[in-house]
Amino acid sequence: MQRPASHDGGAWWDLWFQVVVGLFRQIGALGRELRGSRGRYVVIAIPMLWLLAFFLAPLLVVLKISVAERTGGVPPYSDLVAIGEQGLVQINLSFKGYVTLLSDPLYVESYLNSLQFASISTLGCLLLGYPIAYGIARATPAWRMFLLVLVVLPFWTSSLLRTYALTGLLRDNGMVNQLLMAIGATDAPIRLIDTPFAVYVGITYNYLPFMVLPLVANLMRLDFTLLQAAADLGAKPWRAFLSVTLPLSLPGIIAGSLLVFIPAVGEYVIPALLGGPEALSIGSRIWEDFFNARNYPLAAAVALAMLVLIVVPMLLFEASQERRAEREAQRS
Amino acid sequence: MSERRPFLLYTLMVFGYAFLYLPIASVVAFSFNETRSVSLWKGFSLQWYGRLLENQAVIDAALLSLLIAAMASTLAVVIGTLAALALSRFGRFKGRGLLSLLSSAPLVMPDVMLGISALFLFITLQQLMGWPQGRGIDTITIAHVTLCVCYVTVVVRSRLAQTDHSLEEAAMDLGARPWKVFFLVTLPLIWPALLAGWLLAFTLSLDDVVIASFTSGPGSSTLPVLILSKVRFGVTPEINALATLIIVAVCIGVSLAGWLMHRNARPTT
Amino acid sequence: MSTPARRQAQVDPWQDPNAEPILRIEGVTKTFGKTYAVDDVSLDIFRGEFFALLGGSGCGKSTLLRILGGFEVPDKGRVLIDGTDMTHVPPYERPVNMMFQSYALFPHMTVEQNIAFGLKQDKRPASEIGDRVAAMLDLVKMGQLGRRKPDQLSGGQRQRVALARALAKEPKLLLLDEPLGALDKKLREHTQFELVNIQERTGTTFVMVTHDQEEAMTMSTRVAVMDAGRIVQVSTPSNLYEYPSSKFVAEFIGAVNMLRGTVVEQQDERVLVHCHDFAFDAWARYAEPLPVGTDVHVAVRPEKIDVAETEPSGMDNVVRGRVVEIAYLGDVSIYHVQTDDGFVLRVQETHAARSADPHYNWSDVLYLVWHARDAIVLTA
Repeated sequence: MQRPASHDGGAWWDLWFQVVVGLFRQIGALGRELRGSRGRYVVIAIPMLWLLAFFLAPLLVVLKISVAERTGGVPPYSDLVAIGEQGLVQINLSFKGYVTLLSDPLYVESYLNSLQFASISTLGCLLLGYPIAYGIARATPAWRMFLLVLVVLPFWTSSLLRTYALTGLLRDNGMVNQLLMAIGATDAPIRLIDTPFAVYVGITYNYLPFMVLPLVANLMRLDFTLLQAAADLGAKPWRAFLSVTLPLSLPGIIAGSLLVFIPAVGEYVIPALLGGPEALSIGSRIWEDFFNARNYPLAAAVALAMLVLIVVPMLLFEASQERRAEREAQRS
Repeated sequence: MSERRPFLLYTLMVFGYAFLYLPIASVVAFSFNETRSVSLWKGFSLQWYGRLLENQAVIDAALLSLLIAAMASTLAVVIGTLAALALSRFGRFKGRGLLSLLSSAPLVMPDVMLGISALFLFITLQQLMGWPQGRGIDTITIAHVTLCVCYVTVVVRSRLAQTDHSLEEAAMDLGARPWKVFFLVTLPLIWPALLAGWLLAFTLSLDDVVIASFTSGPGSSTLPVLILSKVRFGVTPEINALATLIIVAVCIGVSLAGWLMHRNARPTT
Repeated sequence: MSTPARRQAQVDPWQDPNAEPILRIEGVTKTFGKTYAVDDVSLDIFRGEFFALLGGSGCGKSTLLRILGGFEVPDKGRVLIDGTDMTHVPPYERPVNMMFQSYALFPHMTVEQNIAFGLKQDKRPASEIGDRVAAMLDLVKMGQLGRRKPDQLSGGQRQRVALARALAKEPKLLLLDEPLGALDKKLREHTQFELVNIQERTGTTFVMVTHDQEEAMTMSTRVAVMDAGRIVQVSTPSNLYEYPSSKFVAEFIGAVNMLRGTVVEQQDERVLVHCHDFAFDAWARYAEPLPVGTDVHVAVRPEKIDVAETEPSGMDNVVRGRVVEIAYLGDVSIYHVQTDDGFVLRVQETHAARSADPHYNWSDVLYLVWHARDAIVLTA
C-alpha cells in the first residue's frame, strides 16, 4: 500500500478504521439481537437503513472527497483508490483543502462571521421569542391555539420569500427608512440592507418559530402555582420570574437556542440576500467553492470543518433529547 | 400577579407578532403595486398576477415542487413513524443510540451540509453503480425525505409519549399481534400527529432552496430555486404576486385543517 | 372475609402434596442494568386462588406480574402455566389476561367494542361474541352502558369495563395491577367485595399486585410479601399476621410493637428475652430450641395488649407506663404509652360498651399486660 510521501496518514487511517469497524459492529449486533422478533426488526431496520444510506454515508463521502485532488475531469476530483502499475493499490490523499482552510484568512473570517451571525441571532430570537412563548403558555386554551398558529403560520409560507420581503423593507428606499424619515428620526436613509444588522434580522425572523415552539412546550409544563407560592412568600413579580420561571425554563431555552444556533451557523441564503457581497459566511464559502469555483474537495473540506464546529452543540442537543426521552420512557 | 406584568408582556408580544407579519404584509401589499417598485406605492394594479400566470417556467417549477413535496412527505411520514415507534415503544435495544442520533441529527444540521453531502453521495453512486443518472426528481426527493424524516419523528414521538403505553400492551394481552395492534389501536390514536408531520414535511420540502440547488439537475428546477435565481438579479413584483398566492393558499389550507380538526372531537387518552 | 366456597374446601390446595399448580414460577430472575428487579423467585399458585403479591414500591411485584403477562422475559428461570412452559411466549399467545392499573380502555371504541376486542382476535363467530359481551356486561352490572365511550364513564365504571374485557376470554389466569388504587375509600370497599364475588363465580385464578396490605389481607386466599425482588413470606393472611417469619413482614403487615433483645433463658416452650430498648424482660412463646445469647426481636400486636389501672399479678409480661398520645377512632382507641425509660408502646382497646367517656387520659399511669403466647419471637 503506497502512501503519498508528503503525509503519513497512519494515525488517520487507524481512526477511520475504528470508526468503520465500530459502525459495522453496531449494525451487526443490531441484526443479531433482532433476529428473534422479525416484526420489530423490520420497524427498526427501515429507518435505520435509510438514514445510514442517505444521511451517514453521504457524510463519509464528503470526508472522502475532502481528501481528494481537484482535477478537471468529471467528476472534478481524483479517485481515492487507484490501481497503479503492477497491480499495486494506490491511495491518493491530498490535504490541500484543509491547508487552505487553515491558512487563508478568508476562511477563518468566514467561520468567525458565521458564528457571530448565529450567536447574535440566537440571542435576538430568545429576546423576541420568550415573551411570545410565555404569553402563549399562560393564555387560555382557546387563545393559545390561535396564538400558536399565528406564530407558525409565517413558517408555512416560503421562508425564501419572506427573506426577500425583508430585502424590500430594509432597502434605502424601503418602508423602514421611509418610516424613520417620516417621523423625523433621520434625514437621510440609513444603510440597513447589506449589513450584518440585516443578517441578524433575517436569521431571527426566519428561525423565530424554532425558538418559540420548544419554549412553549417547556413553559406549558411549568407549574404556575410555584409563582403563586413565591408571591405568597414575598417575592415581587420580577424576582419570582428571575428565580423561579427562568431557571425552570432553562431546558426550553437551551433546546430552542440549539435549534436556532446550529443550523444558523451554516446559513447561506440569508447572508447572501441580506448581507451583501461582503458578508462572509461558511455557507456562502461552500456555495461559491462548489458552484462557482467547482472546487469540490475544497467545498467538502469547508463543509466538514463546519461540521466539526457544530458537532459539540449537536451532541449537546442529542443528549438533551435523550434525557427527555428517558423521562418519557420511565413514565410509561 | 401584579397589573404591571401583563401590560409589559402584551407589548412585547404585540411587537413580536408585528415583526413576524410586517414583511408578509408588505409583500402582499406591493404585489398590487402599479409600478415595478416594491418600496414605493404608486397605485393598484393586477398586472403582475397576469404576468405571473403567463410565465411557463414558474408554473412548471411550481408543479414540480408540489410533486416532489407530495412524494417526499409521504415517504418521510412512513419512515419517520417507524422510527418514532421504535424509539418510543421498543425500550432498550441494540442500536437504539445510533437510531436516535441519526434521526435527530438532520434536525439541526445546516442545509448546505445536507445538500452537499447528498449530492456527493449521488455522484459517487453514479460512478459505482450507474444510478442515479444525473440529478433530477428522484435525487431531490430522496434528499428531501432525509431532511423531513427527523421532523416527522419528533412530532410522532411527542404524540406517542402522550398516549397511554398500556393501551398497546392491553391489545396484545387480548390476543392481537403487533401489526394488528398498530393498525387497530395505535394508528387511530396518533393519526393527527401523522397528518401534522405530513404537512410539516410538505412545507419543508416546498420551501427548501439549498438542498434542491445541490441535488437538482438541468430541467428540474424547483420553485424556490427559480425564485432564488430571479431574486438575486433584483426584486420584481412578480415574485410578490407569487408570494401572495402562496400565502393565500396556505391560509386557506390552515383554516380548512383547523376547521376539520375542530369537527373531529379528538379522542381523549 | 371467608365465603361459603372457601369454607367448604377440606384441604387447601397449597397444602395438598398432590395438587398441580395452575401457575408455577421457577427461579425467575430479571435484571435491569445492574438492578435485580426480580431475584430468584419461585412460587406455586393453584386454581381458584385469589393470590396477592404485596410489597412497597420497587420491590419487584409489578415486574413479576409483567413477566407473568408476557410483557417482560426473565433473564433466568421459567414460568409454567398449567404445566406448559410459557416463559418466552408473547402476550397475545398466552391464556392469560391482565387488568391494567390505568385500565387501558381503548378510547376510540365503545364499551361493547372494548369487551369484544379480545374475542374478535380469536375470530369467534359474531353471534357468540355478542352473547359473551352481553354476559360480561351483566357480570359487572354495566348492562345499560354498552354503547358509551370510556370518556363518558366514571372511574368505577371504567374499572368494571376493564375487568369485563379481561374476563371475556375466560383466561386461565387473570392478572390485576393495583386494581383499587384509583378508587376512593368507599368505592374501594365496595369493589373489594365485588371482585371477590366475581372471582368466585367465574372460578378464575386471580393474581393481584398491591402495595396496600389491607387490600391484600381482605381479598386474598394467600399473600406473597415481596421485598427487593425477593419473596419474603408466602402464606394465608391470618398466618402472615399472627405468625410472620421476619421482622420485615411483622412490620409491613398491621401495626406492631417491636422490641430488640437477647435470649437470657429458655424454659419448655418459652424464652425470656432481655430487652435493649427499655428495662424489661419479656416472656415469649417459642417452640424450638434457642440458645441463650441469641439476638432476637419480640413483636407484640397492639390489640393483644391489655390495659389495667392497677398492677396485676401472675402475668407473663407487665409494663408500667404513662399515656402520651391518644387516637380515638370510634370503634377503637389507640394509646401510645411511654415507659419510664422513654420507650413508647402502642396499645389498641376496643370500645365494646357504649360510652362517650374517655377510658384513659393523657398522663394516666397504666399497666400494659400480655401473654407470652401472644408475643412473636423473630430471629430474622
